[in-house]
Amino acid sequence: MSGYDRALSVFSPDGHVFQVEYAMEAVKRGTCAVGVKGKDIVVLGCEKRSALKLQDTRITPSKIALVDDHVCLAFAGLNADARILIDKARLEAQSHRLTVEDPSSIEYITKYIAGVQQRYTQSGGVRPFGISTLVVGFDKNDSTPRLYQTEPSGIYSAWKANAIGRSSKTVREFLERNHQEDMDREQTIQLTIKSLLEVVQTGAKNIEVAIMAPGKSLEMLPDDQIESYVKNIETEKQEEAAKKKSRTGTTTAAILTRPGGGESTD
Amino acid sequence: MRGPTVLKAEDDKTRQLNKHTLMAFSGESGDTVQFAEYIQANAALYSMRNDTELSPSAVANFVRGELARSLRSRSPYTVNLLLGGLDPVTEKPHLFWIDYLASLAPLPYAAHGYAQYYCLAILDKHHHPDCSLEEGLALLTLCTDELKRRLPIDYKGMLVKVVTKNGVEEIAVDNDKVVKSA
Repeated sequence: MSGYDRALSVFSPDGHVFQVEYAMEAVKRGTCAVGVKGKDIVVLGCEKRSALKLQDTRITPSKIALVDDHVCLAFAGLNADARILIDKARLEAQSHRLTVEDPSSIEYITKYIAGVQQRYTQSGGVRPFGISTLVVGFDKNDSTPRLYQTEPSGIYSAWKANAIGRSSKTVREFLERNHQEDMDREQTIQLTIKSLLEVVQTGAKNIEVAIMAPGKSLEMLPDDQIESYVKNIETEKQEEAAKKKSRTGTTTAAILTRPGGGESTD
Repeated sequence: MRGPTVLKAEDDKTRQLNKHTLMAFSGESGDTVQFAEYIQANAALYSMRNDTELSPSAVANFVRGELARSLRSRSPYTVNLLLGGLDPVTEKPHLFWIDYLASLAPLPYAAHGYAQYYCLAILDKHHHPDCSLEEGLALLTLCTDELKRRLPIDYKGMLVKVVTKNGVEEIAVDNDKVVKSA
């Protein structure tokens, strides 16, 4: 240990605040979460940790939480830290409603969450939140989907599609390759699940999906529907692979049969 | 009708606390809205935090607690409330009468203010426990007719809201109806 990570608010000589970087490491170890914006929809997808045999999955808390009726949040990192941060966000959302008689904008609540996270990197006796969040939703009287990310350092940023947590780089690259402008509901859900499947091996039972549409409440996609999406994507993938194989298969076959070309003429 | 006091006709003195609970208020005009919206925000926060809805009796007891706390502060809220709702689990209706001294009473029918002196007698006579919605509305009309006849103010009628298992809905009533004296 270099001594620059004992007190949190101390810089190392080359300008790092180590505890914050360790917090980002904790995020990388958390399960993956994906957010994708469509034309007038925004979808959150999460990797669920597989439950133990005796665990009651029905009442185990989800990684997707409702902050207010119109704001939804998914996180990656330390679950326990997330609970505290979500609670603060919910309180602020309600307090905002009470003081200005309007629901908060998605940017406002993101800024607030990021603000809390920043505060915990610059005060004594605390440690940073070991979580990144994806905040999604719709502003009042507005059908533009919003998607923001916050980080342990307190940075926040807006995205068209993004991933956080374990293997987020792989998923983000997948999204960069496959994201299109103005996707409809089906396409958006499909892209979300498809991108998650890049890193979730166990398939449908370890995925949860939340959908938000303007003026509607949060919709959690039921398990059987997720399963059918996964099945479709898998058959699609297999078909594509088979096509590729048959194409490459014929060429290799041609090369192989050439020397013994007599095989058919024999 | 002419009188020394004019009431605002379209003032909505109710706030919806959650899907199945509605609170009506009267009292000091600044206090009422302030208090009702404070309760509204707290009920919403509870639902958000716990992923469930508070039952009407739970809300009523929370409201009473807040009023009792306020009563013992330097500037208490002077708010009278009627809190009605449907328990989403048992699907049973509840009505609570709460006043600014933080008394809470579950009642089959209730009224606040000057109007209760005219209404309660009618309700005593005509209300029965398994009153249907239509009968209830007819009973309410009896009350408003009486108020139109006897209240010494320019009485502008009623805003009627009904809480059912589908939530809260407003019911259109004819406030321009002229009531002949009995």
